[in-house]
Amino acid sequence: MTRRTKRIITHSIAHLFLIIGAVTMLLPFIWMITTSLKTISEVFVMPPKFFGARLVWENYLKISSRFNYFGYFMNSIKVSVWVVFFQLWTSAMAGFVFARLHFRFRDKLFLLYLATMMVPMQVIIIPNFLQMRIYGLVNTLWSLMIPPMVSAFGTFLLRQFFLTVPRDLDEAAKIDGCTPFGTFFKILLPMAGSTLATLGIFCFMYIWNDYFTPLIYISNAKRYTLPLGLAAMKGMYSTDWPVLMAATCISVLPVLIAFFLAQDAFVKGVMLSGMKE
Amino acid sequence: MLQNPAQPAVSLKRKRHRKLSDDTPWAIAMLLPNIVGFLMFMVVPIFATLYFSFTEYDLILAPKFVGLENYIELFHDKIIGITLRNTFVFTLITVPIGMAFSLLLAVFLDQKLAMRRFYRAAYFLPSVTSMVAVAIVWQWLYNPEFGLINYFLSLVGIKGPNWLSSSSTSLLSLAIVSIWKGAGYNMMLFLAGLQGISTSYYEASELDGANKWKQFIHITLPMLSPTTFFIFVMSIISSFQVFDTVMLMTSGGPGRSSSVLVHYLYQSAFQFFSMGYACAIAYLLFFIVLTITVLNMRFEKHIKEIF
Repeated sequence: MTRRTKRIITHSIAHLFLIIGAVTMLLPFIWMITTSLKTISEVFVMPPKFFGARLVWENYLKISSRFNYFGYFMNSIKVSVWVVFFQLWTSAMAGFVFARLHFRFRDKLFLLYLATMMVPMQVIIIPNFLQMRIYGLVNTLWSLMIPPMVSAFGTFLLRQFFLTVPRDLDEAAKIDGCTPFGTFFKILLPMAGSTLATLGIFCFMYIWNDYFTPLIYISNAKRYTLPLGLAAMKGMYSTDWPVLMAATCISVLPVLIAFFLAQDAFVKGVMLSGMKE
Repeated sequence: MLQNPAQPAVSLKRKRHRKLSDDTPWAIAMLLPNIVGFLMFMVVPIFATLYFSFTEYDLILAPKFVGLENYIELFHDKIIGITLRNTFVFTLITVPIGMAFSLLLAVFLDQKLAMRRFYRAAYFLPSVTSMVAVAIVWQWLYNPEFGLINYFLSLVGIKGPNWLSSSSTSLLSLAIVSIWKGAGYNMMLFLAGLQGISTSYYEASELDGANKWKQFIHITLPMLSPTTFFIFVMSIISSFQVFDTVMLMTSGGPGRSSSVLVHYLYQSAFQFFSMGYACAIAYLLFFIVLTITVLNMRFEKHIKEIF
């Protein structure tokens, strides 16, 4: 066997396996989309068919007539945008401080940040709930927006990035009379674009998909975020699969778009989260 | 600060000291928003949970100190036993199978293939999708009468089980979803590990006549072991914290057949309103996770000493 044919064979085997894998991973998504375009009666048939007699786009219009879907969507947008913005801002600033400024207890303090990253979030959720209750913020979006404004992981990530930037740049800025904040804002922050994008995407994905936190804080349907609203919808309309699937499709869309636009940032984020240890 | 030209050494020392401490006000100012949130929502709660775990608190009456009572109850509570067992079983299914599956995907993907980006995206897609969406879709796939899974099984002559609504398969069903959802993420980590292995090893072994399988056993697996070990530990930790999957797909049922530790924690705190007891469960979870982490560090050190 020549080298070439050997390579063709191994590649074919690889492709075969990878295609089987891809079908396994994608089939639930495909099924979700096609189910969202059927009528109810077409859903409950055996053997199942991929497509109904026609594509029932009306299912997508029915979503909002039954549920305050738009409201949930806007709540999710509001919470995610707020959290991403502030988490990036506080992480970048603290990351800069830990990477560049000198003060007593700096390294000990940073060690504390690292240590808390190992603590499961379930350990801190109860006191946080009690806290929010004292402040009267339970059942408001603030309970979802305030605690994640700071992230130990984000701080760590940005610090690691700033450590890789050569010091010559900010030394030069310092000589030119730049304050530490000026150095941070004018010189280092603009260089952190890709790290900020990675953290931002991960943070957005986490907040957008988060079910546990809103489940605990929010019981008023007006303040539901998308995951909570969808879960409620699932409980109430578990037989109307097409409309439920349509709602699910739309809820997945923003993260999917973000993923396809910034696949490489996602990949980088996974690698960086691997650094967490 | 005044500088005395007659004492250059001292002034130099002072100057450096001043330069170092100069940053402090800026550091405080720039760290303030971060550190306030960090202390309020992360550090203090860790200790607050510990404190509440020694109390009885139902959200109405003030917390009452009860000493170790909650922890003693943990040992006598049958439900803790059941949920711990379920958590172990869930981990035992998801971690080895999930890791083997993602390693396989990564090994096949670690070649110069056409459509690499497509495959990578396809495998990673479940990882970015919300658990709620996944739960809805899989609940439909698991439908005993009209679901796709039992239809496929019927094609090969198997009568599919009731999946989520039977106590003998509920935990397994959740484990399958969990493996499906997490495979892409671990694959990505494996892929990074694989790309870190120098190709010269493979080239040398090829000259010695080693086939692909031998290369995999004697080069890939040993060289990949730090990555594998990292994924192993992280997978165990995260599978001990599983909640969303359970809450959304079975609510721990039928009976307690798929209830896991965090699910019981959630119920204790937010359905039964035994905040103190829930905090004790949280510390049990914390203890388990910490033990795994410490064992991991010991083991890693041990491995480094061997090689």
